[in-house]
Amino acid sequence: MIWLSDNKIPIGDWAEAAFGWLQTNGGWFFDGMAVAMETLIEAILWCLQTPPESLVIAAFVALTWVIQRGWKLPLFIGLGFLFIVNQGYWEETTESLTLVLSACVVCMGIGVPIGIAAAHRPRLYAWMRPVLDLMQTLPTFVYLIPAIVFFGIGMVPGLIATVIFVVPAPIRLTHLGISGTPTALLEAAESFGATPSQTLWQIELPYALPQIMAGLNQTIMLSLSMVVIAALVGADGLGVPVVRALNRVDTGLGFESGFVIVVVAIMLDRMLRVGDK
Amino acid sequence: MKKAVIFDKVCIMFGSAPQKALPLADQGKSRSEIQAETDQVLGVHNCSLDVDEGEILVLMGLSGSGKSTLLRSVNGLNPVVRGSVSVNDGGEMVDVAQCNAKTLRHIRQSRVAMVFQQFGLLPWRTVAENVGFGLELAGVPEGERTTRVEAQLALVGLSERADAKVAELSGGMQQRVGLARAFATEAPILLMDEPFSALDPLIRTRLQDELLELQARLKRTIIFVSHDLDEAFKLGGRIAIMEGGRIVQCGTPREIFSNPASDYVADFVANMNPLGVLTARDVMVPGEGEGGGVHAEMPVRDVMLRLREQPRLSVESLGQRIGVVTAQSIVDRLSV
Ligand SMILES: Nc1ncnc2c1ncn2[C@@H]1O[C@H](COP(=O)(O)OP(=O)(O)O)[C@@H](O)[C@H]1O
Ligand SMILES: [Mg+2]
Repeated sequence: MIWLSDNKIPIGDWAEAAFGWLQTNGGWFFDGMAVAMETLIEAILWCLQTPPESLVIAAFVALTWVIQRGWKLPLFIGLGFLFIVNQGYWEETTESLTLVLSACVVCMGIGVPIGIAAAHRPRLYAWMRPVLDLMQTLPTFVYLIPAIVFFGIGMVPGLIATVIFVVPAPIRLTHLGISGTPTALLEAAESFGATPSQTLWQIELPYALPQIMAGLNQTIMLSLSMVVIAALVGADGLGVPVVRALNRVDTGLGFESGFVIVVVAIMLDRMLRVGDK
Repeated sequence: MKKAVIFDKVCIMFGSAPQKALPLADQGKSRSEIQAETDQVLGVHNCSLDVDEGEILVLMGLSGSGKSTLLRSVNGLNPVVRGSVSVNDGGEMVDVAQCNAKTLRHIRQSRVAMVFQQFGLLPWRTVAENVGFGLELAGVPEGERTTRVEAQLALVGLSERADAKVAELSGGMQQRVGLARAFATEAPILLMDEPFSALDPLIRTRLQDELLELQARLKRTIIFVSHDLDEAFKLGGRIAIMEGGRIVQCGTPREIFSNPASDYVADFVANMNPLGVLTARDVMVPGEGEGGGVHAEMPVRDVMLRLREQPRLSVESLGQRIGVVTAQSIVDRLSV
């Protein structure tokens, strides 16, 4: 036993070496990625913060009406935003929404194509599965550290950490939907001379659409659940007051900001619930 | 007679090493023997068959006899391991077992269309959008597509339901959509894999009649798979009977009925109503009748009506009296 603990397998050293190597040799790659994400975040933030609050709220209410019809949900969304303004969390909310929306863009942009590729290549998916499991089960704090190493402090590492945690969801759901396409439909398309891309666009994607939308919904919810963690690496948003409250053991502040996060979560969930009807 | 499809010694084997199993199939081993020895599943073996332009040929046999497998080789859904399947592409014959992907796509888009047992319709599309599916894949422009789809819908009597989602339709209606989709591409060759088997008997009969009516007008070449002998005899100009992946007999309903090639075929035939198939020629005996005769190809059903007026009917062919039919001669023929 003493021998065993004396000859520790240097997992930590290996990881450090690997990250060190990546940092020296892949710097240009991470810098490029950081710039791209920074731009995305800035653009979304600009859209949410430059116009007056009332205009942004009206836009969200209108969007809800477009997606859901009826008047109840748009009204609920409007009231929700007014409550947030009332609590004085408007700015933090826009920052968190920015993080969530950026995560959606990145996760769906990466997740849907990977999910499709995996559905078409069962061997690839067999390889990917343990990686996806690892991404979701590894404690988030563990990959916050390399995120800071590569991307410093701020919104970008927050977004990276969010994406790593969230992207398995759209990948899995897209894979589920595409690979579940009934053979009968695929053969019908084949027998009428569909090309692979026609099959994808006319058969597989429409068939998988409900699952892909469920993937989007999960992406939003999981990203929102990451706002507190993202605040730990310096991302702005609703996580910041929570962390501050934690440091100061300020029950009131903690409860208040936590409640706002819940309200935002419910609002986004209701807004995007399309599949149920 | 021009040929629409020529199957030449077609072998289809399912599994990773089909070549290994071919010699066994050539020795005449059965599917289960081949599977036990090589782990390959025999689909069809050495099937040769010519399909004439404009005819309805029925592939018929018990479940698992290889009907669908053979049918699906015509549009390349099942790859052929040995032999060839030639499809008439406007004058020249194209071997779909060998041709490249582009040619195969062309054949599928404009020469061969298919109707499926489980319909194979896209549930998120409307009836009209489903009918236009093949045209859309072939790149037919929107305007022309709309007119052609409307014409097809009228043909199958679904103009009213053009904008309904397919799930709202009954099974019979859904298969009409399937038929319209296949007819819409104007492909001269139609493959039908038990298209009516999933339907109620009444609807099935109605759709069979409708298909015959459409065929009388449109004159396509139809290869029709069925496991129901009555359906096969009703629709088929010729019938190919399959057993264990091999064609055991091919001929007109009458030929098969009067001369079953094996016990397997005889068993099939024993279960069906012979009156629709036999003609005066089959039930006559040598001799001479009285009065006006009947034609040798007159169906027995009609001959029986005539017998009520005239107990000994002469049978004529090419102006010659070739035999005589009596009630007794019919009974004798049917009780063999
Ligand atoms: N894709 C396939 N993979 C493996 N075996 C198959 C496949 N398709 C058909 N078979 C086998 O080939 C044989 C013939 O099947 P099929 O042509 O569907 O029969 P039928 O249409 O006459 O009922 C059956 O034993 C079936 O199990
Ligand atoms: Mg079949």
